[in-house]
Amino acid sequence: MEEKKNFEESMNRLEYIVRSLERGEVPLEESLTLFKEGAALIADCEKQLDEAEQVVRRLRKTESGEPEELPFDAEDA
Amino acid sequence: MEENIFSVTELNEHIKNLMDSDGALSRLCVRGELSNYKVYPSGHHYFTLKDKDASLRCVMFKGAAQKLVFRPESGMGVLCTGSVSVYPRDGAYQLYVTRMSPEGVGDLYLAYEQLKDRLQQEGLFDSSRKRPLPLYPKTIAVITSGAGAAVRDVIRVLGKRWPMSRVLILPVRVQGKEAPPEIVGAIRYANRYRVADLIITGRGGGSIEDLWAFNDERVARAIYASEIPVISAVGHEPDVTIADFVADLRAATPSNGAELAVPDALDVRDKLSNLQTRMEQILLRRLRQEKQRLAQLASRRVMEDPAAAVNRKRLACDALSQRLLSASERQLQLKRESFVRHCASLDALSPLKVLSRGYSVVRSESGEIVSSASALSPGERIDVTMARGALSCRVEEIRVDDPEERSAQVP
Repeated sequence: MEEKKNFEESMNRLEYIVRSLERGEVPLEESLTLFKEGAALIADCEKQLDEAEQVVRRLRKTESGEPEELPFDAEDA
Repeated sequence: MEENIFSVTELNEHIKNLMDSDGALSRLCVRGELSNYKVYPSGHHYFTLKDKDASLRCVMFKGAAQKLVFRPESGMGVLCTGSVSVYPRDGAYQLYVTRMSPEGVGDLYLAYEQLKDRLQQEGLFDSSRKRPLPLYPKTIAVITSGAGAAVRDVIRVLGKRWPMSRVLILPVRVQGKEAPPEIVGAIRYANRYRVADLIITGRGGGSIEDLWAFNDERVARAIYASEIPVISAVGHEPDVTIADFVADLRAATPSNGAELAVPDALDVRDKLSNLQTRMEQILLRRLRQEKQRLAQLASRRVMEDPAAAVNRKRLACDALSQRLLSASERQLQLKRESFVRHCASLDALSPLKVLSRGYSVVRSESGEIVSSASALSPGERIDVTMARGALSCRVEEIRVDDPEERSAQVP
């Protein structure tokens, strides 16, 4: 696969693929290619969902002003 | 006196007009204690406002009553905003209440209402300038207290629904004098470093004073100026702050804010499997269609016996060349026959041929052919040409056998 798409791009591309297939205007050969791409996108999205693990960080402003991420502990204040 | 007699209706109307034209009565605030509070089935609220020495009849219509954020009860001290007018049927004036707040927070309430009016007029609440929220936020900045239930609720709901979004906590104080500048600072900082594509800001429930930071004009303006879309999630369900009006989306509580911020992974999985099914069905249908088309094409004779088609064409070709050949031969034959016919008639017309059948040609002395006897006179010399040879003769007698000539000769 070419450059990795983020989730939203993948979903948008999927919607586009399904709509194109539904309109039935693409030649059969291209339909098969689109189907394969769609199936790969679905598998990839599902994999992303399966593997997702929530990341929670605390953002702190360093002395230079740049943001710095620290582990978040709900009892900090 | 006598010339100025009113009907009761006219008098009440007159007084009503007087009161309605008084600007001071058209928008005012009255402080008092509620008594005889009644909610009618129509949805309108009827009550009396009292103080130690006086009472005032009041009505709050359904539309205004629906916006009440607390439940008014007899005995409660309140601040009512509205206008005074006459109800002509009873000849009684009353306060038409458009807003009511419990007294004690009356001053805050007024400040809130004034700020709300001002920002609304400035267009800060316009729905046309609300930013769209990302469908699948990559990073969510949570601007709230680092301790307490609110931040834990937000993290828990986000983690349950959509663990793919990174959560960045920007801890701030959410009540007290320091709260507004800290909230403003965090919103601006998040924008400056683009740390997220969505902001949730808010706090858990509390008294109206506790929530006050979210009614602060500076906070409202920071939310308005944020390029990152903002969800406000303040307090409990009925609490509506200025921040709620300015935010791109208002959530009733912090948990609700998290729910509105992200999709539910379960729904997205459903959607994915639905897309998968649709794709498969479409492709199967398409393959079936193409197969059918193929079968139709294959069943045509040309596909089953291609040589037959060639042979058919070859036969047609032969027939055509045959037709061409015979057509040109017939043409030639016709021309030949017509040539022979022309030669024959040419021959038949030849004068020599006529002479050979025993006819002769008579010419006068001047050489002109003579075809009528009456053109000659007795004694005139004529020349007679025959098929072979010629005679020089003299006319002995004229015999006219043409009836017309004869009648001319013999009158």
